[in-house]
Amino acid sequence: MTITLNGERFELERPMSVTALLTQLDIDPRRVAIEHNLNIIKRQTYPDVLIGDGDTLEIVNFVGGG
Amino acid sequence: MTDTPFVIAGRTFKSRLIVGTGKYSSHAVMAQAHAASGAEMVTVAVRRVNISDRSKESLLDYIDERIFLLPNTAGCYTADDAIRTARLGREAGLSDWVKLEVIGDERTLFPDNEALIEATRVLVKDGFIVLPYTNDDPIACRKLEDAGASAVMPLGAPIGSGLGIQNANNIRIIREFSKVPVIVDAGVGTASDAALAMELGADGVLMNTAIAGAEQPVAMAEAMKHAVIAGRLAYLSGRIPKKMYATASSPLQGVVGT
Repeated sequence: MTITLNGERFELERPMSVTALLTQLDIDPRRVAIEHNLNIIKRQTYPDVLIGDGDTLEIVNFVGGG
Repeated sequence: MTDTPFVIAGRTFKSRLIVGTGKYSSHAVMAQAHAASGAEMVTVAVRRVNISDRSKESLLDYIDERIFLLPNTAGCYTADDAIRTARLGREAGLSDWVKLEVIGDERTLFPDNEALIEATRVLVKDGFIVLPYTNDDPIACRKLEDAGASAVMPLGAPIGSGLGIQNANNIRIIREFSKVPVIVDAGVGTASDAALAMELGADGVLMNTAIAGAEQPVAMAEAMKHAVIAGRLAYLSGRIPKKMYATASSPLQGVVGT
């Protein structure tokens, strides 16, 4: 199934929770913020929010800036 | 001589110098520069995680845990994007604070004040502590304050330009008009620029490129620390007025040979 992840098409084997995706991508959940279909989702809901076909995800973190 | 404390939205800072985390040659140099600057608050940007390249070191590992993080909305050209980025920054971080930027032009990176004021209103209503990056326009600063900004941050000159304080009188006027802290943000090039900002009455100075882009960032960071302290003390000391002609410092009488 295909989702849009950070502006790019991304293939997922099957629907999975946000936590599962972060684990797959080796991303620390404590250091990111996530938008699921334009809604910012709270960290405590990561295990419960299911990513499905056609979903849009933005995963952001802090980088250097002025 | 005792100074009044530097307080923004109820939070007290001992250092009046705020620095950025961008453009350093390495995270390690950045950490050393932060320590040399004495800054207690640093800005960070909010950007997409690089999904394909997971090798990059995490910025946060190199920021002292006692330093307060101020997420910015750099790169946002509309109020909507800035609001969205601010909300993501709040979710990724530990506070409601945001350095709000809504840029109006790519070459100058000057703010779009109209959109900035609108975004300030929305974010303040949403519980944010908003520190907006704006220009040296006292009317825009007044509108931002009325919109609920916790400080106003007029630029000295374009971001990264190193031109220093382009309109000193306007900065002085902004300080006179504002009831919230005034932090000169952007355009500082060297220590005297930071000192001048403080001599004009600014409550603080924010800079990134001046330190990160210097040949010796750690030394420059230390220079800036002293400059901000010196400028503030000079401001509090009540400088002499400027005169067009000389007034001798040594007695006029008793000169040998007269």
